[in-house]
Amino acid sequence: MNAKIQEKIASRILFFCTVMVVLPVVMILAIILYKGIGAISWEFLFSMPRNGMSAGGILPAILGTLYLVAGAVLFALPLGVLTAIYLVEYSRDNFLSRLIKLAIVNLAGVPSVVYGLFGLGIFVTFFQFGASILAGSLTLGIMILPVIITASREALESVPQSFRVVSLSLGASKWQTIRHSVLPHALPGILTGAILGIGRAAGETAPILFTVAAFYLPKLPTSVFDQTMALPYHLYVISTQVPGIAENVRYGTALVLVFLVLMLNLFAIIVRSRFRKRKKW
Amino acid sequence: MVTSDIKFDIQSLNVRFAGVQAIKDLTLQVYANEIFTIIGPANSGKTSFLYSLNRLNDLNTTFRLTGTVRLDNMDIYLNYDVALLRKRVGIVFALPAPLPLSIFDNIAYGPRMHGLKNRGKLMEIVEKSLIEAYLWEEVKDRLNTPAFNLSGGQQQRLCIARNLAVNPEVLLFDEPTSGLDPISTAKVEDALRLLKQKYTIILVTNNVAQAARVGDRTAFFLMGELIELDETNKIFTKPGEKRTEDYITGKFG
Repeated sequence: MNAKIQEKIASRILFFCTVMVVLPVVMILAIILYKGIGAISWEFLFSMPRNGMSAGGILPAILGTLYLVAGAVLFALPLGVLTAIYLVEYSRDNFLSRLIKLAIVNLAGVPSVVYGLFGLGIFVTFFQFGASILAGSLTLGIMILPVIITASREALESVPQSFRVVSLSLGASKWQTIRHSVLPHALPGILTGAILGIGRAAGETAPILFTVAAFYLPKLPTSVFDQTMALPYHLYVISTQVPGIAENVRYGTALVLVFLVLMLNLFAIIVRSRFRKRKKW
Repeated sequence: MVTSDIKFDIQSLNVRFAGVQAIKDLTLQVYANEIFTIIGPANSGKTSFLYSLNRLNDLNTTFRLTGTVRLDNMDIYLNYDVALLRKRVGIVFALPAPLPLSIFDNIAYGPRMHGLKNRGKLMEIVEKSLIEAYLWEEVKDRLNTPAFNLSGGQQQRLCIARNLAVNPEVLLFDEPTSGLDPISTAKVEDALRLLKQKYTIILVTNNVAQAARVGDRTAFFLMGELIELDETNKIFTKPGEKRTEDYITGKFG
């Protein structure tokens, strides 16, 4: 077989694989859109559920998910970024720091239901937050920490070493150097980590199952110690636990969840691309 | 020479990285307001020596040093404020290393890190530094454009200006023209001759002719050892050592 034929076969196979990856995504989105768009209405988005969730809207679930994601990111982003800064810029390469890095990478592989159980034990029971937005946010936050730390570490490590050396050689302190010559250039990568984290936090069911999610609670939370409904759990409930929910309501709920995650991602992508325009090396 | 004219006093300096000796038992003095050039083949310890003077070697965790390095009679490895040292002893690297900022912000970076916020004062410093570095005329109309848009030679003079902005006393140059064309090189050398009036300059160069052109005194390093140190024209006309002669006439290295 000559090189030209090999080249053709290789590029065809690679193209085929790429299509196979994209296809399910497109199909999922298309099916959800097709089956769910009928349910979307002003009332569906902005009113309370009624008649045991068979009628009315999903406002508490939408707001609940937004609160939980916001809480998780608020908690995990600063903590994760600061940890990454320590690991990349300050810690020495020794057994302990390698152990920490390994632990963080492995934390990303822990099943989400385990985080749920952990959240129940620590935040709900031990700290006595009860099943609440606070407990749920912190649980989700801990779940997305490894994602944020790993992405931030990679972003910091990709900043050219010369920026640090130049800054230090002008008499700047280490922290000034990080603050002014490293962090600004690592921001796009850090935001990528935040995007991934947001996507996961918004979509996970298991971590909020024991820590915050309400089965049916047709009122809005008034404090961080309140329980709330949340979209992924609501979807699970109306799909499997409550009989007789119209199909378009179920797909409509899924559509809202997907749309919400896409919007949050879009926002972060826009912010990131604005930073990236200034990147010049 | 009276002692007050000695800027750097280096006594029995030994530098090791991960146990490998980069500089062996080096003793020399650098005088104020001279251009002290260092020549020598690759791996002769030139850059390690330079980085010992502003403690950039400290960034390498395997770095070990014995002996003393005194700046104005103060040991810079003994309870010395490293940030202050690096402010007093600036460095220009082999490859132009602008930060991904505008021309103005590159030069204002140092003063800002040392607490200056007043825009008018910063502007004054930027202008003065650019004039001293021989670059003002070429960039005065586009101070807010990215420094990366400058040519290599202009970037290198920008880096000189960036150092001048923090009021240094000594300027270290680590093969500053190795990546530049002859015309840009000439401009950097012109800048060096002017700077000598105000600053002490230590120039490491892999270009022997450059040492002959700008150096007041020249040191020849080989394998981490100082082979010979003398007035530049003496080194180039009547070197005392066979190895120096071989190197400058191109027989090795």
